Amino acid sequence: MYSEKVMDHFTNPRNVGDMEDADGVGIEGNPTCGDTMKIYIKVKDNHIVDAKFKTFGCGSAIAVSSMVTEMVKGKTLEEALAISKETVADALGGLPPQKMHCSNLGADALRKAIEDYKSRQNR
Amino acid sequence: MRKCYFDHVATNPLHPDALDAMMPYFKEEFGNPLSIYEYGTSAKKAIEDAREKVAGLVNAKPAEIIFTASGAEANNFALRGIALAKQNEGNHVIVSRMEHHSILNSARFLEKSGFVVTYLSVDKNGFVDPDAVKKAITKETVLISVTHASSEVGTIEPIKEIVKVAKEHNIIVHTDAVATTGNIPVDVKDLGVDLLSMAAHQFYGPKGAGALFIKQGLRIVPLIYGGIQETGRRAGTENVPAIVGMGKAAEIAKRELHERMAYLRPLRDSIIDKMAEVKNVFLTGDRDKRLPGHVSFCVEFIEGEAMLLLLAAKGIFSASGSACSSKALKASPVLLSMGVSAGLAQGSIVFSLGTGNNSEDIDYLLEEFPAVIKRLRDISPFSQGWGDREEGGECTVKK
Repeated sequence: MYSEKVMDHFTNPRNVGDMEDADGVGIEGNPTCGDTMKIYIKVKDNHIVDAKFKTFGCGSAIAVSSMVTEMVKGKTLEEALAISKETVADALGGLPPQKMHCSNLGADALRKAIEDYKSRQNR
Repeated sequence: MRKCYFDHVATNPLHPDALDAMMPYFKEEFGNPLSIYEYGTSAKKAIEDAREKVAGLVNAKPAEIIFTASGAEANNFALRGIALAKQNEGNHVIVSRMEHHSILNSARFLEKSGFVVTYLSVDKNGFVDPDAVKKAITKETVLISVTHASSEVGTIEPIKEIVKVAKEHNIIVHTDAVATTGNIPVDVKDLGVDLLSMAAHQFYGPKGAGALFIKQGLRIVPLIYGGIQETGRRAGTENVPAIVGMGKAAEIAKRELHERMAYLRPLRDSIIDKMAEVKNVFLTGDRDKRLPGHVSFCVEFIEGEAMLLLLAAKGIFSASGSACSSKALKASPVLLSMGVSAGLAQGSIVFSLGTGNNSEDIDYLLEEFPAVIKRLRDISPFSQGWGDREEGGECTVKK
């Protein structure tokens, strides 16, 4: 059902955990739907220097979270905002069609974390 | 690695004796039961022997057993066949919310065909209340269908009491006994039902064979028209090997029924008792009136498909009613109808045991399952509680 990459990121997720001193936090989804992702980012000189996640959801939701946190590290905020559901799914070697929308919340959670960071800067 | 198959509600392995009984009918005994020469007569005899054995398992007369290709077909046949046969007497059908999709979707078909269907709610343990059945009955009611036991939560329904209520109004009762036949005593006379569905692969028979018990004298409209097979009520050349396998499996199940139950119950109970020690793991369904090998939980703060996959990676094979593990991406209607919250229902997991499991399998499960729960809770943002997201109201994510 899942690609090898999805299974790898699901069974050995990278960057799991909370981040006490995060510069931005984004949450997407709710448990009624099945999946919820919480992404933390640490930002320095317009670059995402660290990312962590906590996710409630199925195998693909956890794999997506893990992949997104890997993808954003070292990227500028602009580059990070260009990450989409499609680029995440591609990096994972594809997702089953029925999982493309409901479990693929990583890019949305990331965008919210970046928005949170920006709103903190404007305060 | 140890392999533990705990998904007997999905299907059971074929009993070796059933396979042996089937083999000649794949090979030299290949005849069509309608043929009047010896190839046909021996195939016909094999089917009638099987019919007698299946009838014996549920205490019916052989003539009351109609073979089908599956439990789902038997359920479709019962609902549509009786509703159509009775449409001049009334247009109301009652089913429960615990039913299998083959009942629920047949009921929806009937609604589109002009029938009115009442879907009965259940209590928190999954029981249909006979009083609720009584209240739902109208002068238009022609059929009541309630499952004998739900394969999702294992609760055994009070069919006898429901029949009692129905018979006060002379209404036909069907029960889907796919999960129970061959696993607990099923006696059509004792239950008092008019129709009862079963499936061979749920009691170590082959896939592709099911049956509908139709009480003698009851008129039913066929689903499949054609030849005179099954006394004209189910056309199509019979699946002789599968029917023979079903007969053999029924014979063995009847003989070993009480032994199997006595073997499975303590295994089941040891899982239930041990898992009660893990925080925020809730048994679904009734503790006592449940299928002998059936254990089902909702594990809070994590999701069923993720559990199922991590367990599978450890060689433990189970089922889940979570939205993500279903192709339809909808949380289990059975759990929701029992009042389980949508978030908690995502943590659904079902272990259904069979005669091939032993106490070492259970020990292995009890070692690995809590570890899987911990691993996923460590990843979950809700490990400290649902916070304000438990009943997030609408599902805003596009599916």
